Amino acid sequence: MSREKKVFKESDVQFYIGSLLRWGVILAMSVVFIGGIIYVYRHGQEKPAYHTFNGEPGFLKTISGILQGVAAIKGRAIIQLGILLLIATPIARILLSIVSFVLEKDYLYVVITLIVFGIILFSMLSGIGG
Amino acid sequence: MTILLLTLYILLGAYFAGLLGSLTGLGGGVVIIPFLTLVLDVDIHYAIGASLVSVIATSSGSAAAYVKEGITNMRLGMFLEIATTVGAVLGAYLASYISAPTIAVIFGLILLFSAIMSFVKKNSQADPTSSKPATFFKLANTYPGQDGKMVAYSVRNIFGGFGLMSFAGMISGLLGIGSGSLKVVAMDNIMRIPFKVSTTTSNFMIGVTAAASAVVYLQRGYIDPGLSMPVMLGVVLGAVTGSKILVKANSKSLKVIFAIVISVVAIQMIYKGLTGKI
Repeated sequence: MSREKKVFKESDVQFYIGSLLRWGVILAMSVVFIGGIIYVYRHGQEKPAYHTFNGEPGFLKTISGILQGVAAIKGRAIIQLGILLLIATPIARILLSIVSFVLEKDYLYVVITLIVFGIILFSMLSGIGG
Repeated sequence: MTILLLTLYILLGAYFAGLLGSLTGLGGGVVIIPFLTLVLDVDIHYAIGASLVSVIATSSGSAAAYVKEGITNMRLGMFLEIATTVGAVLGAYLASYISAPTIAVIFGLILLFSAIMSFVKKNSQADPTSSKPATFFKLANTYPGQDGKMVAYSVRNIFGGFGLMSFAGMISGLLGIGSGSLKVVAMDNIMRIPFKVSTTTSNFMIGVTAAASAVVYLQRGYIDPGLSMPVMLGVVLGAVTGSKILVKANSKSLKVIFAIVISVVAIQMIYKGLTGKI
């Protein structure tokens, strides 16, 4: 009886994780598409400069910069917001996995999942990207 | 060329990259990066940033379906994600210290390796005998087999697989690809997992691995919205089309054609890297 209950719970979580991934990608792609329309409409006739690497301007590299750009309805900032949502999708999946392992009382995997989350947090906040 | 025209070119190229990547199982990144650098003369750092974004999108999209079917071994995926994310962060960190020509050469070599690997017979044997570490990490599982019956399997040589996974993660972070071919070697050949489980679990891990390096790339200014937008939209649409026609296509002859194309592209990348023309 208890075994059946556990199987049910696990497939339940699989369903939520599947939905989270799908809707995360759909949302991110929609935002990127809207930003893309605005960007191409405004800058479509300009010349691109991708041959040499210059790095992106500051407002496209940080979350606060991107949000300010979105508020000013800049196409490139809206695309970047969509990309942020996309990057956030697998990270949200990790958080959901932590919840599911806690519910299953599998503390070994709660720790393992927290380690993975910690590594991503480290790469975000340690400044190795800056 | 104007931005409008370039965007349309990239959208079309990315669509075919996603389509081919999905039909052959190699992923869109291995096609889109050479397309951007060799054909459109884009700096390889920008190309890698854009490819990384598309990798997250396609792997998350297809993982959604597999997870619901219950083929993915989520514990195994979580366990190995420690290895792949550490590698990915390291690879992304190294990327800015390695020159574009060197990256092109490494890319070419990995590409050649992927082309060869697409012919190696995959492990379809499920072995339920468990080892001590596999039992400790609860990695043994079942998956729905051909006749709908659940097939039991376990995992061998966990630490060997873990080591190769860190390398796969590093290559993914360095080159902006899913490095699925390396992951399959680790899971099929070293850990002896049936390929149905290894391909879906590897795909499940790619999203998190790519996200770990993408946050570094974003802060470094390697992710350009103008490039990433058509790459991401095109690759995803191509991959969706690919998954729809996968059943109808003759995958054997497709594999041969694709392996030849990939090898030519790989040699081109290596040549341009060695002569510093990239």
